[in-house]
Amino acid sequence: MKKKTIQKEHIITAVILLALLAAAFVLDSMLPSYHIAIKVIKKACVYSLVAVSMNLLNGFTGLFSLGQAGFMLLGAYSYAVLCIPVAKRAGVYQYFDGGLVQFSIPEFFSGFLGETVGTTVGMLAALLIGGLVAALFAYLIGLPVLRLKSDYLAIATLGFAEILRAFFQWNALGPITNGSNLLKSYPDFARAGSYMLLAGAFIACIVLLVNSTYGRAFKAIRDDEVAAEAMGINLAHHKRLAFIISSFFAGIGGGMLAMYMGAVQALSFKSTMTYEILLIVVIGGIGSITGSVLTSFLYVASLEWLLRGLDSGTFLGINAPGIFKNGFRMAVVSVIIMVVVLFFRKGIMGDKELPDLLRKRAKSTKKEDGANE
Amino acid sequence: MLPYFINGVTAGGQYALIAIGYTLVYGILRLINFAHGDVFMVAGLIMVYTSASMPMYIALPLVLILTVVLGFVIERVAYKPLRQAPRMSLMISAIGVSYLIQNLAFYITGGLPQPVTHPIPWISDTITIFGETTKRVTIITPFLTIALVFALVYLINHTRIGMGMRAAAKDFETAQLMGVKINSVISMTFVIGSFLAAVGAMLYFTNYPSVAITSGGMPGLKAFVAAVFGGIGSIPGAVVGAFIIGICEEIIKGLGYTTFSDAFTFVILIIVLCVKPTGLFGEKVTDKV
Repeated sequence: MKKKTIQKEHIITAVILLALLAAAFVLDSMLPSYHIAIKVIKKACVYSLVAVSMNLLNGFTGLFSLGQAGFMLLGAYSYAVLCIPVAKRAGVYQYFDGGLVQFSIPEFFSGFLGETVGTTVGMLAALLIGGLVAALFAYLIGLPVLRLKSDYLAIATLGFAEILRAFFQWNALGPITNGSNLLKSYPDFARAGSYMLLAGAFIACIVLLVNSTYGRAFKAIRDDEVAAEAMGINLAHHKRLAFIISSFFAGIGGGMLAMYMGAVQALSFKSTMTYEILLIVVIGGIGSITGSVLTSFLYVASLEWLLRGLDSGTFLGINAPGIFKNGFRMAVVSVIIMVVVLFFRKGIMGDKELPDLLRKRAKSTKKEDGANE
Repeated sequence: MLPYFINGVTAGGQYALIAIGYTLVYGILRLINFAHGDVFMVAGLIMVYTSASMPMYIALPLVLILTVVLGFVIERVAYKPLRQAPRMSLMISAIGVSYLIQNLAFYITGGLPQPVTHPIPWISDTITIFGETTKRVTIITPFLTIALVFALVYLINHTRIGMGMRAAAKDFETAQLMGVKINSVISMTFVIGSFLAAVGAMLYFTNYPSVAITSGGMPGLKAFVAAVFGGIGSIPGAVVGAFIIGICEEIIKGLGYTTFSDAFTFVILIIVLCVKPTGLFGEKVTDKV
């Protein structure tokens, strides 16, 4: 049997990640919760999780699905519906007599676990339920859709996301989904550190999955379906598994997005949202989890913070309100995206991960050592 | 029910004009040109801007020319460099172009829907037919669509460039070896597609009060579904599919389920893909789906 040792670069990676987490907690204690840095970290964490879940499907399994917004919608609505405090339901569901659901999971748990612990446990439970709802739908949708290939799969999943969006806006489902009105007043984590912990834990699950036998089977399917089948990999089973797991995490990401936004509406889960996440995955490098996470942070930080000036008149000290007006930021970002798509097709990371980068550096220093001798 | 049926036929005609652009491009490049719906939207925007600032007889040709140039440029810049790349890169590039066009349009319009202040005269007049009042464009659209389709079918069956397009659709690489100038054939495909989308946009936005940056998305997707429904790569298929989808959709609206008129299109798509992936008129090629 092969002896398993923890390699140096993995330790360094763990140290880097812990340092980032610690930095987030330090920022939390120093800055008020409405500060832009806190908001950027929160949103980037949500996007990271969703991007990684999409990467699991599109990058690691080679199934080109565009249904992410639909699964996020399911997660977001499950979370919101289950978490609105009973006392506030009459206000939120004002057009539907307070709605059908007359309980709140966080309140249920705080009944016997105490206020703080109970609410947290309840929120986590609601997130997981959101993920499970998304996974259940993924199973059902997958039955007909997963038999399709490449672009047909893409357009069919996109279609399902649109159908879901239409259903959630339907007035007949109003007592549960509040029709096309906002769902709000549900609890939220105030600290960026909590978001980071949550997203980090779920992404870690995906990393473990990718490195397991299942992950290797997924990669085999991506590289060559026929060969994978010949090696005894059950194609239908593994594709379904990848689709369901990816959707599960997309659902959780959707729930976290609902937390971050403070109010959800089916209208905002358009196919543009899927495109946005797909482009993040592509820029980060299809098949690189580090790339997806890194790009999520870069993308959110530049859009919400660094490039703000492009929309409001002044950028890098240049004052040109005629050019730097509303929408210029997005135009610039999409030009950058096109440049990456056309000329840097491997993205930022290619298919490398953080430990790979460290390993490379370690090797090259070793070479230099050898040359010196 | 009759006004809904008439509206459905009109919507079908408009979808058909867009669907042809999808089906031609897919037939040759095996690419879902996600940017096509946005080209349609840009044609609408150009119409709003030009018709407000210059006389109609200059404005309308200008809409056609600018839209065709846009389609040509998109192909040359975003798709041609990726000809040897995997199909997924091409599709990602198409999604990127769609994202770019929408964001540029947002920047130019300031994010506000642009009202159609100068609708095209004559066709936007109100007329009465079978006791129902409607705009003249409603009646004209299906006939104009069918006339254009016949012209296109003639072009494809009886001209040199049409032969090139058929050859490229059949077998891309062999066509290239046989001396078909593949790049000009593909450019021509985008030119035709954009031209028809521009005509479609003129007719479509005559019936609507304004052009928003998202107005291209839904008609675009529906037209694509129509192309799949009819059998992708087939022009008559795309037209028949578009009319069926347009009519069904308006009748669903007429029954009071407006929320589901969009969802219905995708239900059709999924049923077609699962039951008969080659569509109504598609050729039987096993490796497509």
